[in-house]
Amino acid sequence: MKPLLSAQHLSMQFGGLRAVHDFNLDLAVGELVGLIGPNGAGKTTVFNMLTGVYEPTEGTVQLENRKGGTEVISGLQPHKITRKGLARTFQNIRLFKSMTVWENVAIARHYLVPYSLPQAVLRLPPFGKAEAEIRSEIQDLLAIFKIDGKAEWRAANLPYGEQRKLEIVRALASKPSVLLLDEPAAGMNPQETLELMDLIRFVKDEYKLTVLLIEHDMNLVMGICERLVVLDYGRTIATGLPAEIRSNPVVIKAYLGEDAVHA
Amino acid sequence: MELFTQIIQQLINGLSLGGIYALIALGYTMVYGIVKLINFAHGDILMVGAYLSYFVLTTFGFTPWSLAAAFALAVFGSVALGVGIEASCYRPLRNAPRINALITAIGVSIVLENLPRVFPFIGSDYRNLAVPSFFENITFGDITIIPIKLITLVVTLVLMGLLILVVDYSKSGKAMRAVSYDMGASALMGISVNRTVSFTFALGSALAGAGGLLYILNFPQLDTYMGIMPGLKAFVAAVLGGIGSIPGAMVGGLILGLAETFTTGFISSDLTGAVVFGILILILMFKPSGILGVHRKEKV
Amino acid sequence: MRILKNLVLLGGLGGGLFAVLWGLISIGVLDDYTLQILCTAGLNIMVALSLNLISGFTGQLALGHAGFLAVGAYSTGILLLAHVPFPLAIMGGALITALLGFLIGFPALRLRGDYLAIVTLGVGEIIRVLIINLGEFTGGASGLRNIPGYAQNIMVNNPAAFLWIFPAMFIAVALVANLIQSSQGRALISIREDEVASQAMGVNIFGMKLMSFTVSAFIAGLAGALYAPFIGYLAPGGFDFLRSVFFVIIVVLGGMGSLTGTILSGVGLTFLQEALRTNAKDWSQAVASLFGTSTGGLTIDFVPMSQVLFGLVLVILMIFRPEGLLGTKELRFTRLFRGAK
Repeated sequence: MKPLLSAQHLSMQFGGLRAVHDFNLDLAVGELVGLIGPNGAGKTTVFNMLTGVYEPTEGTVQLENRKGGTEVISGLQPHKITRKGLARTFQNIRLFKSMTVWENVAIARHYLVPYSLPQAVLRLPPFGKAEAEIRSEIQDLLAIFKIDGKAEWRAANLPYGEQRKLEIVRALASKPSVLLLDEPAAGMNPQETLELMDLIRFVKDEYKLTVLLIEHDMNLVMGICERLVVLDYGRTIATGLPAEIRSNPVVIKAYLGEDAVHA
Repeated sequence: MELFTQIIQQLINGLSLGGIYALIALGYTMVYGIVKLINFAHGDILMVGAYLSYFVLTTFGFTPWSLAAAFALAVFGSVALGVGIEASCYRPLRNAPRINALITAIGVSIVLENLPRVFPFIGSDYRNLAVPSFFENITFGDITIIPIKLITLVVTLVLMGLLILVVDYSKSGKAMRAVSYDMGASALMGISVNRTVSFTFALGSALAGAGGLLYILNFPQLDTYMGIMPGLKAFVAAVLGGIGSIPGAMVGGLILGLAETFTTGFISSDLTGAVVFGILILILMFKPSGILGVHRKEKV
Repeated sequence: MRILKNLVLLGGLGGGLFAVLWGLISIGVLDDYTLQILCTAGLNIMVALSLNLISGFTGQLALGHAGFLAVGAYSTGILLLAHVPFPLAIMGGALITALLGFLIGFPALRLRGDYLAIVTLGVGEIIRVLIINLGEFTGGASGLRNIPGYAQNIMVNNPAAFLWIFPAMFIAVALVANLIQSSQGRALISIREDEVASQAMGVNIFGMKLMSFTVSAFIAGLAGALYAPFIGYLAPGGFDFLRSVFFVIIVVLGGMGSLTGTILSGVGLTFLQEALRTNAKDWSQAVASLFGTSTGGLTIDFVPMSQVLFGLVLVILMIFRPEGLLGTKELRFTRLFRGAK
């Protein structure tokens, strides 16, 4: 079956440093794949290459677009890639702090807005109609995730866990086919992590998404990922099912050092 | 032969002027390197150094002692002012968005340029310094070299050399380079960021103050706005050489001095302002990291 | 329905304010001099609004808006001197400036924050130098004279100017307010908040910045266009960096991201500047007589004081209250300025 997202021979070189070397990944529709590895292994760099923040030094990324054809998205600007169906969250939360929860989500819908600048400025009928539709759509979306009560709150005032949730909801609002989550459980306690796992499963099934996530929390990784890719110093050192990876000596060595392999 | 002599003369003039620009550019580049601030008020430090020297020289005349005194006063006064401004106006904003600090610097610059005009002993009029010629003009055949230009060039090179010694070999210099690279990590290593930043401003201001004295020895007209154009040109020089790079500032300053001298000599002096800005815009469009600069990507 | 309501409210407020002021003028309560300052304030507000759009809402600091004012003013001045009909000359000035804004923004907006600020400063300066050097068209350093004023077109000069400037200002305010409270406006604010995230959410940040900059240039150019017949005489010296900084001060004081803040501080600072300008000489003389000498001798010169004051305002604001008067909030006394819903 044709993969939805395909990264081939991706490499990223910063001056003298090769951060990622020959990264390959095929994501099939509906998969939930985990990208793991020690700190500094290059995981976020891979995300940045997929989403266009960095242009890969080598290699290509291909995405099946909304019309069913495959196109090369590497080298495109980030906003274009997002519009083609690839959305992401960030390792350090990047919400629009002084904007409200509602407004944050509305930004992701901006590229779909059906009125032009003159229509907005002159307040012509298409504007009013579209704004009302956006209003209700976003309210519904917020309600599904149980933050509609805080729609008018400034994003900066939300508790940490809800900020992380909002980032995911915001990414969803851009109507992606692939969702990239960068350490969604960072800073969460075990209870919050369990809720997050349910949320990710829900989001994937409900919106028919394909998910690639970076994570350090092994409970979450082992709990929801169907398949894992392990990076170390920019190279892929192992791929496979979670159970296999868990006992893979190469992986253990990368995370915990030589001695841990024999423990 | 005519053209050749012209070129040699302009070369000396250009390098001499470039040396002054380099001194000021160094201040811009070091401050930008350490706190990522374009210190708008830096050119006005040159003006302060110039006025301080002016008062010494008009009171005591032009003796080696008075020149030394003028130099000392210009340097110390500039250092005091620069460090004082940093502590009162820029330090509170160290963690604020960079735009805020930039706007503050603009405000400081405006105050520095206009407050002295309020007071009677400075005022809004131009002042002229009657600089005697210290030595005879040196002539090599058709080429005439004005001694002050040569002296200026030598002094600026000496000062730059001293700066390199301080930056590369002294403890404070090392601290400066560390903080420029990573402020947070430096603090964790036990470096006092505040003191290092003050030190940087002190170095830059000292050079600018000295530059002020050299400037009026070459161009003996003063008014409180005199630092604007040289400051601007020095800033462009710093960007040209690579903002944040000390060798870059030196190279950029010399290049700009040469460019300006040759333009004035062979084209016209009216357009220097526009030309300088034009150069800046071109650099930023095509090679924003400058000649010797390093471009570091923002971590996402 | 809501649009109709908004229009009515807008029209009502505008019309009401206009009627009140016009009434005061007719009676003579608002004398010619005050009217002149009000007109100046109106123009300053327009430029400050345009600056707030690009710098406050979109987060791209621009330090050369006096240049846009100049281009608008000179373009219209030249057109009027060439006997182009009044409304066309005004629109022409605004459109030419908008075009210039687009052309400048295209390369410049690729630059990061402080570099963009310096480049816009540079552009402002280059414009000024060009005006001086294109003497044939612009009258050079001595300026452009005898521009047909509003008087030629309607009635006694200042009230006529008011008839044009006040509605223009009001429309500019409405336009910017409507822009901000739309998806496009939200996108601009998101760029200010976090460019990387904004782009990741599908916003074409370069395109939006360029749009904001061009609209900003248009409004500033329009203010310039209205300025030319108001003053009747243009000189390049009036469009220097300090002029640009004055607009920055208005925006910063009012709050970068607050429309009502800009209006308030625009009015306040215009009156303050005028007060300082007219009284400076008197104050200098007063101090001189205190010390028993005449002006020109050992006295305190208050004329540069307004600059010093404005410089200090910037520094103190940035250190102690960088959000200015209203920050990113608005005075919510009408539904017109409610946040986007």
